Order: sequence, then structure tokens, then C-alpha cells
Amino acid sequence: MTADGLFFYFVAFMTMGGIYAILCLALNMQWGFGGLFNAGIAGFYAVGAYTGAILTSARSASHVGGFDLPIVVGLIVAGILSGLVGWAIARICVRLKADYLAMASIGIAEIIRLIVVNEEWLTNGSLGIAGIPRPLEKLFNGREAELVFVVFVWILVAVTYLVAQRLRVSPWGRVMRAIRDNDVAAASIGKDIQRFQTETFIVGAVFMGIAGALSAHYFKFFSPDATEPLLVTFLTWVMLIAGGSGNNRGAIAGALIIWAIWSLTEMLTNQLPTEWATRSAYIRMLLIGLFLQFVLQRFRSGLVPEKPPELRPR
Amino acid sequence: MIQFNQISMRFGGMVAINNCSFDIPGGQITGLIGPNGAGKTTAFNIIAGHLIPSAGQVLFDDKDITRMPSHKRQALGMSRTFQLAHEFGRMSVLENLMVAASNPAGESILNAIFRPKRGQEAEHQAYNDAMETLRFLEISNLQDEFAANLSGGQKKLLELGRALMQKPRIILLDEIGAGVNRTLLGKIADKIDQLNKTSGYTFCLIEHDLDYVSRLCDSVVVLAQGELLMKGTVDEVRNDQRVIEAYFGGGKYEDYA
Ligand SMILES: Nc1ncnc2c1ncn2[C@@H]1O[C@H](COP(=O)(O)OP(=O)(O)OP(=O)(O)O)[C@@H](O)[C@H]1O
Ligand SMILES: [Mg+2]
Repeated sequence: MTADGLFFYFVAFMTMGGIYAILCLALNMQWGFGGLFNAGIAGFYAVGAYTGAILTSARSASHVGGFDLPIVVGLIVAGILSGLVGWAIARICVRLKADYLAMASIGIAEIIRLIVVNEEWLTNGSLGIAGIPRPLEKLFNGREAELVFVVFVWILVAVTYLVAQRLRVSPWGRVMRAIRDNDVAAASIGKDIQRFQTETFIVGAVFMGIAGALSAHYFKFFSPDATEPLLVTFLTWVMLIAGGSGNNRGAIAGALIIWAIWSLTEMLTNQLPTEWATRSAYIRMLLIGLFLQFVLQRFRSGLVPEKPPELRPR
Repeated sequence: MIQFNQISMRFGGMVAINNCSFDIPGGQITGLIGPNGAGKTTAFNIIAGHLIPSAGQVLFDDKDITRMPSHKRQALGMSRTFQLAHEFGRMSVLENLMVAASNPAGESILNAIFRPKRGQEAEHQAYNDAMETLRFLEISNLQDEFAANLSGGQKKLLELGRALMQKPRIILLDEIGAGVNRTLLGKIADKIDQLNKTSGYTFCLIEHDLDYVSRLCDSVVVLAQGELLMKGTVDEVRNDQRVIEAYFGGGKYEDYA
């Protein structure tokens, strides 16, 4: 590979890495601060991706829309719709114990997936939606466009990080962590557990939706294959646990490290003989699993563990 | 202030409290005593809203709060401590106290995201109160420690601190003395007394150490096996034959002290 090729490999890596960082920060809001076990990340991601795709792509005969709206509008509506889905789920499930919430969220993500595959008028079914634009497409093309996009993604990572960080250090975030640590005691000091948990589930869902929409713009084409739970839900969870649940920087670091391993293992499995090729995804999962084992043996709370925010008031 | 009105509590077939009634008068310190398993903690859980009784009502200032969710009772001015410490383990000791203060502006998610300066005043106040409370409880040196790492006695102190931070009207103390050293326990008694006499706080405390109860309490309620055994002044209770039997299996209290 030439230096140029290497550089653009890195740009592509950082683009997907950034999208995963947003997912991982969003999961950190739900699990790291709130102790809410969301096993249906792929569902919110899909809602966001399809919302963005349908709103911003050019008119198509094969599905509803597209509406050719600006990308920013698509991103905002993607966040809102995904947040609404989060609100509906939280209304019903937040009261449940962690394991039930996990089951309920898997179930709902599967329902969303079935809708995406079967409601062809809306999503064009398994054929997917094509012609999804990228920001400033008319001004830049080719490799410049790749650069513009990676900057765009990382601006959104920065926004997500800022929100996550503000939430974490605020009195709101402190209540959230108290509920996570001991809900009975939190109720006894007057905190409305259901309200706080619903709120954190919704913000997490909003950013998962935005990450979904971003990936739709990146791929320019979005089909149900991209919402594979293994690629979305499972990887995001590994990223957060390895990086350090509860710590926003840990969430970003975890996303980049795990995405690096995932990408490198692809190079390795590409070298495998063809009869192994069909199994390559599972071999990569195995490697990721081994890495997680290694991290958790050495660093029990992840690579960048949670620590209480500085409390000296200004 | 609080009326515990003909309350029964059943867990499956087991009757933890059987048709008990007693009052916790405002401005006083009431003791709640009885042998292990008498139903004392269960009574607290009912008053604080963590359990809904099988029968009967809890009245707060004559208002029926039997089914009011526990988190709403704090606004009435009710706070409690837990017999088994319920600390927020992955938060610092200082945060454990600060979170107990009320700060509606800072606890709004929209303010947290868009207007992080809101609630700074309340935050400042909470910080100062928390530092003061830490000093009083003699655990200032632990302020940055994770609460999970505290010793059993230190966690009990944190429980007390959290109750004080809420500036409540009534504090329910469940065996606050268990595991706390005697000198500090004496100081805590002084503090309880002072909060009661000068700030008008109402207290209800569960305690096994009768000397401690005698020192603080205006009146005592005795439970045994879910039944209300008697209510009265400390002296009346100490010398009551039924209490002596239930509590000490016969003989005089002094023989066992
Ligand atoms: N959630 C519960 N489920 C089932 N049984 C319970 C529950 N809570 C309390 N009990 C039972 O109710 C009875 C009274 O318990 P409680 O904790 O109120 O006693 P206590 O008077 O506080 O005792 P101690 O002095 O040992 O703290 C006990 O027999 C206990 O096993
Ligand atoms: Mg008890």
C-alpha cells in the first residue's frame, strides 16, 4: 500500500470509528450512567439510518420519499424519532429489572428489523435505499469528500462527547449514578427513579439514531444487512466494557481500539483459505472476545475506569 | 406528626406486623424497640413508602400517605437511614452527601445539557453543607474515597450524613449506633438532641442499646413478634414485666445491662 493509500485507509477507519464512538457514548449514557441494559442498540440505529436515508435521498419510485431534505434536518429528525422510540420503550420497560429490560429491548430491535425487511413501501425491503447524499457533496468529490466526511463525523463525536460530559458532571448525572448504585436509597432521598431512567434512555436513543443516520450517509446506500446486531449491538457493548463503562473518554477509546482490532482481523481473515472465508466473521468475534477477556483480567473496570467528577465548585 | 394506624404487613404466610397502631409525635424523639425480627425495620419501610402494608394507613400530618411513592415523601420532610447501609458505592463520599441535597434546577436534564450554570447556587450550598457534615461525622479525610470502600461503621455514618443533608422535618434512624465507636456515638446523641431541641427536628429511632434510648427518647414504642407490646416513657417501659419477658426472657433489665 502506498502512503496515500494508507492515509485513506486511516480516514476510512476513523470515519467508522467515529460513528462507533457516538454509539458507544450513547450506550454509556444508558448503561454507564444509568445502569440500563439496552441490548437493542441496532433497533435505534436502524430507525435513525432509515429516517436519515428516506428524508435526504432523492425521490424514488420504489419506496416512500425520498424527500431530498438537507442532511442536518435528516440527522435531527433521525435523533427525534429514535428518541421517541426510546421514550415508548422506556415508558413500558424501565421499571423492569435489568435482565427483563435487556430481553424487551432485543425483542423490540427485532421487531424494528422485521419492519425494515418487510415494509417495502417504506424501506424498499432487503434491496435497501440508494442514493443517500453526503454533506457538501457538490463542492468536493473523490478523496476530498472522504476527508470532509470524517471531519463531519468527528464534529458530531465532539458534540456527543460534550453532551455526555455535561450530563456526567451535572447534578442530574450524579442522581443518575446514585440510582444505578442503589435505587432504593435514591428513592429515599426523593429522586424519581422512573423519570431519571426514562430521560437517560431517551438521550441515549437520540444519539444512537444520529449515529445510524451518519452511517447511512457514509455508506450512501443502506439495507437491512447494515443493522446486523452482531455488528452494531455486540461490538458497541464490547467497546464500552473494554474502554471503561461510566467514563466518556473510555467509551471513545474503547470504540477506536475495538474497531482497530476488528479492522485488522479482517486483513488477517482475508488471508485464510477460501473454505474458511465463510467462517471469518465468527473467527473475528472470537478474537474480539479473547481481547475483552484479556482487558477485563488486567483492568477490571476497563482501560479508562470511571472516576468521580471533580467537585470543587467554581 | 406520623400516625401508624392499625397496620398489618404479611409476607406470604408470614405476619411481620399484626394490627399495630402508634404515633410519632412532632417535635419529640420516639424510640422503637423490640427483639430481633419484631418488625421494627418493616415498620420503617412502611412509613418511608418502601413497602405498602397489607392493611391499615400511615398518616402524615393527618394526610393519608399509605400509597404515596417513597420518593415523594422526601418533599414532605421525611428522611431515613437504613439498617444495612445503602451507600452509593461507585460515588465518592462527598458525592454521596451532595446527591442527597435537593437541587431541582441542576437535576433537570435540559439544564444539564443546555444551561449547565443553572443550579450552581444550590450546588454551592450543597457542597458547603456536605463539607460541614463530613467534619461533624469526622470523616472529612474520606471525602474522595469511593463509598463502597468504607468500613461498616463509616457507612452507617454516611447514612446519617445523607439524612442530615436533606434538612428534613423528621428523621427515621434504623440502628444508627450499630458498629459506630462510643465516643462518636455520644457526639451523635448530642447532635440528635440539639437538632431536636433547637431546630425542632422530630426523630424516631430504632436502637437495641436501652441506655442510648433512655438518654434520648421522650417516649418508647415496644414491638415483639409483630405485636405492639406497649408504649410509654422509658422508665415505664424498662420496668414493665411484659417487656422484660419479651426482651430479656425474664429477669430484670439491670441484670443484663
Ligand atoms: N421483604 C421481606 N420478605 C419476607 N419477610 C420479611 C421481609 N422483610 C422482613 N421480613 C420478615 O419480617 C420480620 C420482621 O423483620 P424486621 O426486619 O422488621 O425485624 P426488626 O425488628 O427490624 O429486627 P432486627 O432488630 O433484627 O433488625 C422478620 O421475621 C423478617 O424475616
Ligand atoms: Mg431491623
